[in-house]
Amino acid sequence: MKKTLSTMMAVGMAVSMLSACSGGDDASTADGGAFEGRGPITYVQGKDNSGKLVNIIDMWNKDHPDEEVSLVELSTEADQQRQSMIQNAQTESDAYCVLSVDNVWVSEFAANRWIDELPAAEFPKSEIMDPVWKTGEYRGKLYAMPHASDGGFLYYRKDLLEQAGITEAPKTWDDMEKQCEAVRQLPGYENIGCYGGQLAKYEGLTVNVDEAIHSAGGEIVNAEGKVVVDSPQARAGLQKLIDGFKSNFIPQEALTYKEEEGRAAFESDRLVFYRNWPYQYSLTQKTMDGKFGIAPMPGLEEGKIGASSLGGHNAAISSYCKNKATALDFVKFYTSKEISDYQLKEMSLAPTYTALYDDPKNIEDYPYLPVLKASIEAAAPRPQVANYGDVTAAIQDAVFPALKGEKTADEAIAQLSDKLNEIVK
Amino acid sequence: MSTSRTTTTRPDAIAPRAQRRDSARRQSRLAWMLVAPTILIITIVVIFPTLTAVYQSLFGVKGIDPETGFVNDTAPFVGLQNYANMFIGESGARFWNAASNTTIFALLTVTLETILGVTMALIMHRAMRGRGLVRAAILVPWAIPTAVSAILWKWIFDAHGAANALLGTQILWATSDIPAKMAIIVADTWKTAPFIGLLTLAGLQVIPDEVYEAAKIDGANAWQRFRRITLPLVKPALVVAVLFRLLDALRMFDLPYILIGARKGSVETLSMLVQDEASNLRYGSAAAYALMLFAYVFLIAFAFIKVAGAEVIGAEEKKKIPLRQLFVNSRLPWKRSRKAQEEVA
Repeated sequence: MKKTLSTMMAVGMAVSMLSACSGGDDASTADGGAFEGRGPITYVQGKDNSGKLVNIIDMWNKDHPDEEVSLVELSTEADQQRQSMIQNAQTESDAYCVLSVDNVWVSEFAANRWIDELPAAEFPKSEIMDPVWKTGEYRGKLYAMPHASDGGFLYYRKDLLEQAGITEAPKTWDDMEKQCEAVRQLPGYENIGCYGGQLAKYEGLTVNVDEAIHSAGGEIVNAEGKVVVDSPQARAGLQKLIDGFKSNFIPQEALTYKEEEGRAAFESDRLVFYRNWPYQYSLTQKTMDGKFGIAPMPGLEEGKIGASSLGGHNAAISSYCKNKATALDFVKFYTSKEISDYQLKEMSLAPTYTALYDDPKNIEDYPYLPVLKASIEAAAPRPQVANYGDVTAAIQDAVFPALKGEKTADEAIAQLSDKLNEIVK
Repeated sequence: MSTSRTTTTRPDAIAPRAQRRDSARRQSRLAWMLVAPTILIITIVVIFPTLTAVYQSLFGVKGIDPETGFVNDTAPFVGLQNYANMFIGESGARFWNAASNTTIFALLTVTLETILGVTMALIMHRAMRGRGLVRAAILVPWAIPTAVSAILWKWIFDAHGAANALLGTQILWATSDIPAKMAIIVADTWKTAPFIGLLTLAGLQVIPDEVYEAAKIDGANAWQRFRRITLPLVKPALVVAVLFRLLDALRMFDLPYILIGARKGSVETLSMLVQDEASNLRYGSAAAYALMLFAYVFLIAFAFIKVAGAEVIGAEEKKKIPLRQLFVNSRLPWKRSRKAQEEVA
């Protein structure tokens, strides 16, 4: 039944889309814990834009000529990567062995037993930043070892703030409002937008709303998997965003911002503050070096910095992998401090090891590291649930109309709470 | 269907057929052998997957064991629940929204494309200087892959894009309902009108010039020549073009998916709904939706061929066929022959 799935789907969509399913149902049975078998394996991830990943694979292959790792590159699109990995799991194929999973997929993959539980004791938990480590867990057990992290922070127009006589980055949402008012006093900037994030209706919206709710001290789904979004804190967090749109603190067009649309607005004098991932740093440096600064996410209350959602990828072992002993060794190698350091320097990936953020040489080369560290330390993972796709869709469906002003925060939170109670079990 | 089958048992009609000669029987055996490979392939790529989809659509979502946190191994059998869900609650609202979007897009885009396409064909057909250039220019949108043109239009309909600059407005096309629909209709029409144009042009080129000359001599003006000569003679080609476009438009997926995005109620089509359900591992409801789409596309195509295609055949065959007759004609042939054999015995 599983194997005919892709053929079946083709009927409705287009008969021509019919694709042959790869066989391989004779793959080793999945029983978590036993990592046996050595030999060549595959490592699967999305397209590597840096072109440096092969060097890491080569390093391993040089030392392990009998246990060669071959790289399988999937699409650049996250959805398609997930789709390919799920198809591989459903056909129980051993074509994919070590998987690089987006950290929000970990629960889904673990709950479906598409990936094996990892021996947590064999990984250096104490050296890894705690929120990052937790992204690899499902129900308190480690299923995927983080190999790259990511946290959001605030980009701000240092030059405009300075012109308005402000030298300090905002620490709270109120600071931002005051500072933006000051910038709006400058000639030519009367109508500049104050704040923007990824507020279009897609995964970015979930990230941003999750951050607002966490920053206000609320949660959507707690660590035990219970829906707890119906709380005064969560309402307050969402209310901040709604008020932002109402008072024109957040411009209406932010409803169309994904990462790059927002960056374009920030770089073309349309935004004073913009929340984005670290990748923007080097890009913006090219166009407006010295004109911008970075700070941790501003808090909603005095004295508390905002919470970031965590991005990043984790390495997991497919349940249908044949040479699992090799796979486990490779995961250890790939998530080691040395490789994390290499990835920071050559591939601009955020490290998972605390020590790399504190290294003075690194801070000199990558000035955003202390800010990123603060952001990640205050970060919380997005809801860790088996059906994350439904949960993120429910969040977007409930919240987006509220941001457009068609619903109150209370209504949106109530709707979301009902819906989540229906889908999270 | 079963009722129509029982009404067709007419021994007096079958009896003469039963007396067919041996050679006729041999001939029919040969015919079967010749079409067998086709039937085999259709069985593998169409019938079998369709039946699997029907079977799949009777199952629900695998639950999670609250003790272990693991997803159960088997999906529960839910009968026709996935179909019933198309009529109740949130899933029903979403289904009907997708169905109406699909229908609106198909009707509006195909109508606009037909008008534009025929105009383009008439322009391309004209003998004039730089005709090659005009033809190439008109065909460019069709040559661009849908995904690429979706991205082009996405820039145009950006908050700071060309559309707002030209219109002097501040519309957020992607986030509002009607503007998002309009963006899709404009982009799709732009992209596929050349297809209708191309097929119509082929139809135009087989119309002999003498017909027009004769009409001119008879004093027909340009509009009369278009109505009375061009349109009827180009109709067979045009009907095929419109049918192709209609089927394509009903399956529309990539343009709204890229231009506006996934899970946007304003532009979600049935294909997008199927994809979304499947990617959230709800294969049962995805199969049910896919089958509904399949049935819908099939019915539209069928109705279209009946309405538009019947006239193509010619005046003397243009009599209306009752729907029942169609099932009679397509009755399973081996049953018929068995009955015939019984008659012989």
